Amino acid sequence: MPHIVIDKNRCKSCYICLNTCPKGLIKKSSETSRLGDYLVEFEDKNNECIGCAMCATRCPDMAIVEVHK
Amino acid sequence: MQVFKIPDSIKKDSKYTFCPGCDHGIAVRLVAELLDEMNLTEKTICATSIGCSVFLYDFLNIDCIEAPHGRAVAEATGVKRARPDNFVFTYQGDGDFASIGLAESMHGALRGEKITAICINNTTYGMTGGQMGPTTILGQKTTTSPMGRFVDTYGYPIHIAEQIALCDGTAFSARVALDTVSHINQAKKALRKAFQVQLDGLGYGFVEFLATCPTNWKMTPEDAHERVRNEMIKTYPLGVFKDVTSD
Repeated sequence: MPHIVIDKNRCKSCYICLNTCPKGLIKKSSETSRLGDYLVEFEDKNNECIGCAMCATRCPDMAIVEVHK
Repeated sequence: MQVFKIPDSIKKDSKYTFCPGCDHGIAVRLVAELLDEMNLTEKTICATSIGCSVFLYDFLNIDCIEAPHGRAVAEATGVKRARPDNFVFTYQGDGDFASIGLAESMHGALRGEKITAICINNTTYGMTGGQMGPTTILGQKTTTSPMGRFVDTYGYPIHIAEQIALCDGTAFSARVALDTVSHINQAKKALRKAFQVQLDGLGYGFVEFLATCPTNWKMTPEDAHERVRNEMIKTYPLGVFKDVTSD
């Protein structure tokens, strides 16, 4: 099943991925980083992800460490 | 099927120390992906710079040599001539490549050194606090041009990719951006060509990346990418300015 894996230790909360996912499957998490910024999380209840990897392409910190199609 | 992973050329457990949203991270990843895909990691030597771009050697599994400010192309020249079988590239910011190191960068192209030079142009001196550089676009406010860059006082910005393309020793020169997925894909394609011309012994390969500096521009990462689209690309048009393989 298409999905992504986010490494929260790499995420710097720039939120570029939020605007990049064409399905809007990445959103702010309630969890915060050690600096107090909200992290991001991937939620795909309706199996909408197609593994396009646009999020990983634009993530400047390689926080999206895996994309499966 | 896995379609994306962290490139093998990236050091295990290394984490970028760039600011949030900085495009350096994307540029370094593109370099790493191409080193993997072109099987170059083991024979690559990078001449690094001064500025935020210098952090590259903390993240890549390659040999690096540190150059004095702006002299990366000069050092890369020596490395390539001494070890012609190695793949040699430089990774520099715009202040390093187009200001302090302009002589070295241009003469490397004029000599037709068989190296690849990468310039990350964020229109400011990022590491030292956002001062005006030669690439700062007209009207842009920086810490040393708080009223904006005006022609009468500060002159015009330098179009480095076009200048490098005018040099006879240049085999490939292009300007790319990192603001959208399609631009990132085009950037990777251009960088692959700049690597390939070195491998084919055709001459100097050069790619200028238009990149963001959200911290010094005092913008969110997405607003900074909007600025690349709306302001930077108008001043610095994207494209391939020289490609001897297509002539």
